Amino acid sequence: MELKVIGKSVPKYDAWGKARGEVIYADDFSMPGMLYGKVFRASLPRAKILSIDTSKAENLPGVHAVITHKDVPKNNLRARFGQGTEIGAQFEGLYRVLAEGEVRYYGEPIALIAAETSEIAEKACELIEVQYEPLPGVFDPLEAMQPGAPQVGEKENNIASHFKIRKGDVEKGFAQADVIVEGFYQVGYQDHAYLELESGVAWVDDDGTIVIRVSSQVIEHFREVAEVLDLPHSRVRYIGTLIGGGFGGKEDITVESYLALLAWKTRRPVKLTYTRKESLLVHSKRHPYYMYYKTGATKDGKITAVHAKLISDAGSYAALSPWVLLYSTVDAVGPYNVENVKVDAYTVMTNTPITSAFRGFGAPQVNLAYESQMNELAKKLGMNPMELRRKNYLKQGDSLATGYVYDRPVPLDLLAQKAWEALGPKRTSSKPQVKIGRGLAVGMCSYGRLTFLHDTSRSYVRLELDGSALIRCGVPDVGGGQGHILAQIVSEELGVPLNLIKIHVTDSQLTPLAGTTTATRQLYMSGNATLKACRELKQRMFRKAAQMLLTNEEDLEVGEGKVYLKSDPTRYIALVPLINRMSADGDELYVEAQFNAPFSDVPAKEIIEGRTFPDFTFGAYAVEVEVDEETGKVELKRVVAAFDVGRALNPILVEGQIEGGAVQGAGYALMEDMVIKDGIIQTPSLQEYLIPTSLDVPDVESILIESGTGLGPYGAKGIGEPPIVGIAPAILNAIDDAVGVRITSLPVTSEKILMELKASKEGNKAA
Amino acid sequence: MRDKLINLKINGKKYQITVKSNTLLLNLLRELGYTDPKYGCGIGECGACSVLLDGQLTLSCLTLAISCDNKEVITAAGLSEKDQLHPLAQSLIEHAAIQCGFCTPGMIIAGKSLLDKNPNPTEEDVRQYLRGNLCRCTGYAPIVEAVLDQARKSKS
Ligand code: FES
Ligand code: FES
Repeated sequence: MELKVIGKSVPKYDAWGKARGEVIYADDFSMPGMLYGKVFRASLPRAKILSIDTSKAENLPGVHAVITHKDVPKNNLRARFGQGTEIGAQFEGLYRVLAEGEVRYYGEPIALIAAETSEIAEKACELIEVQYEPLPGVFDPLEAMQPGAPQVGEKENNIASHFKIRKGDVEKGFAQADVIVEGFYQVGYQDHAYLELESGVAWVDDDGTIVIRVSSQVIEHFREVAEVLDLPHSRVRYIGTLIGGGFGGKEDITVESYLALLAWKTRRPVKLTYTRKESLLVHSKRHPYYMYYKTGATKDGKITAVHAKLISDAGSYAALSPWVLLYSTVDAVGPYNVENVKVDAYTVMTNTPITSAFRGFGAPQVNLAYESQMNELAKKLGMNPMELRRKNYLKQGDSLATGYVYDRPVPLDLLAQKAWEALGPKRTSSKPQVKIGRGLAVGMCSYGRLTFLHDTSRSYVRLELDGSALIRCGVPDVGGGQGHILAQIVSEELGVPLNLIKIHVTDSQLTPLAGTTTATRQLYMSGNATLKACRELKQRMFRKAAQMLLTNEEDLEVGEGKVYLKSDPTRYIALVPLINRMSADGDELYVEAQFNAPFSDVPAKEIIEGRTFPDFTFGAYAVEVEVDEETGKVELKRVVAAFDVGRALNPILVEGQIEGGAVQGAGYALMEDMVIKDGIIQTPSLQEYLIPTSLDVPDVESILIESGTGLGPYGAKGIGEPPIVGIAPAILNAIDDAVGVRITSLPVTSEKILMELKASKEGNKAA
Repeated sequence: MRDKLINLKINGKKYQITVKSNTLLLNLLRELGYTDPKYGCGIGECGACSVLLDGQLTLSCLTLAISCDNKEVITAAGLSEKDQLHPLAQSLIEHAAIQCGFCTPGMIIAGKSLLDKNPNPTEEDVRQYLRGNLCRCTGYAPIVEAVLDQARKSKS
């Protein structure tokens, strides 16, 4: 079947409103009588709260409410992240709305204020008096693992989760190895630094429902907010706005519980928007990891064993740390076929800001380690790194580290070659102290949620009498075309022109629940749900059209506003009379369909086995860098990314994900340095925490391979998160190629380069 | 804190309005319903609040409203007519340079300001000029290309 709309780089429906500056983002919305919320936060990283005195703040004219933990109907919840199924203690954390008893991290919310103006709310904050008894904190996961370390959370042990992989026999595998490499790798925080800060407005509707209009990647959080207020789930409604950047940072609850509490108490609309400083100080971040790796191979380059130990910093509340750790565990050896694997992974609580979801979700950290190991191994074997990889790529029918047999093609060899070749001939440096180097790295990243979460999505499609169509699907739109692509599917399947399709996204009570915009799942899940709805509608259309055109349904095709005969396209019926006839005959002109991902059981023990994800996206990065040996400065000059996207339903949007992900990953590798000292972030501004500007990055060349083997509509794979995987180790490998030093921690700074260069020169002299 | 009556034109509409001495132009605009300039940092780090003030590229989060007496403000929304998008806005759409769109109004203003000054910029010129406008979604290349393409088109 020839596709007419799918595969075309058409602009997404939300582009026009955004280009006009007319989109009403969360903070752009106001209501009559609206109050302004503010969060009063802890000024110590760990302390006992002896008393909280809010009386002065309450007496300040213009203050309508001051709320502390005592006023929260349910202040402590098992955090289940909008999840319906039981997932067991090792995947759940505590969600505490406001600090009680003890402060666990600097900036932890202690009280909420609603006032006539934000100035008054700020003033009221200054009037709140808290008496603390400072307690010794623990700020590093390695220290927090030691016996006798201060206890951060509700469990006696600071280890929030421990997962293992036990595949084959690593002892035997290392015994078979001719060469072995070992390495320690370390990565720090990364902040999402979306341009739009956490924000929302909440009010109590005339029927007593709390409505929260908010920038969130998960509108299913209405359930948890209802539980916080001890209300039936049906009494809390999320209206999701178009999101000004998410990247996982708006996956956990941000402002919603606070808004709901304040609106409920004051019975007035309340707006709450974080400041940039507040956001950088306290909102969730990518997990810092310590990683130890040992890899063995035979002299002809076959990997025999990998042993990895991973320790991540879970911060002061577990949030999604166990899940992120599980992703790292499953991805620990990357897209390679390794018979003997041993992984021990821990996520450990500390008195530091919350760490949780961030694009890639545990995959970028281990990717950095295993792809650095590959190059070290190649060096030791005297083998070309691409050749070494080729000998070990996972192939269709091989098993992953969990033992699950991967039953789809893995075109990594092609991807790596294409990316590498696209770099073209190597340039020569114009300055003697500036060395040019190239690096390659491949990666894997799951799309779709963990299969034991039993993920589902729903979508509703309706035909209108004038031949237009309506989609209702509760898909949070972070700007990647999450909503738009559904319209492209409807247009393809039902022949309705794109400009006649209206889509409603993200209303937890009015749009069918489509699940989270996380885990690279919306195209896969909601795309399939929409496709299913369309196919059902199309069948009804064809049934009627076959009667009207005196033909059989198999000979019918839809396109360009009509249903026509494949055998004779001049015989057709236009959509409008067809739909009207269906309507007159009482045919249903709408379908709500549900798509279910493959399901598996919740892991019952620490050892992770079998299927954990529906599928993976594979990709390769080839980069070129310049390293200045005098200054230590690294400049990223060329980036080529090649991904098997299954099918590019809208190529320019797919490229957008790759380019954006590459640049965010380049920032992670080279610039983004979140400095923390004794639990307090020292870089709470965008002048201190630097993210890439237009000057810091080259163009990214993206190569799309369409294997057609994905689980999404038309064979598409997910591409939201995968592009952040691969670029950082490609850069490290390129630096090594340029100046012969192996950097093992992020971000790469000039100081690190200079230090390593000095060390390697001294090492050479000594040798 | 003394209030002051100022005259100001916003996107072609005249206002006579009393502002406090510490009111920021960004907040004034947003309170008046011009919500396309965004708050992204409040301290001049992100460019999301960019507007044209008497034709000059200006960060409205660092500008006091009282200093705008008898001046003219243009925001991104003010560049596009009802049925006619500003050509640069159109170019951004065509190059898929708008993802979440939160940086877009600021980018349009900065891009227009550049093209006003330099109708034939090189890629390097564009990257230099936009360096104060952060975008976390696109990786910049499509935005840069959209500006360059617009420059090429208006020449022909
Ligand atoms: S809000 Fe003005 S520069 Fe960021
Ligand atoms: S499009 Fe999202 S910040 Fe630029």
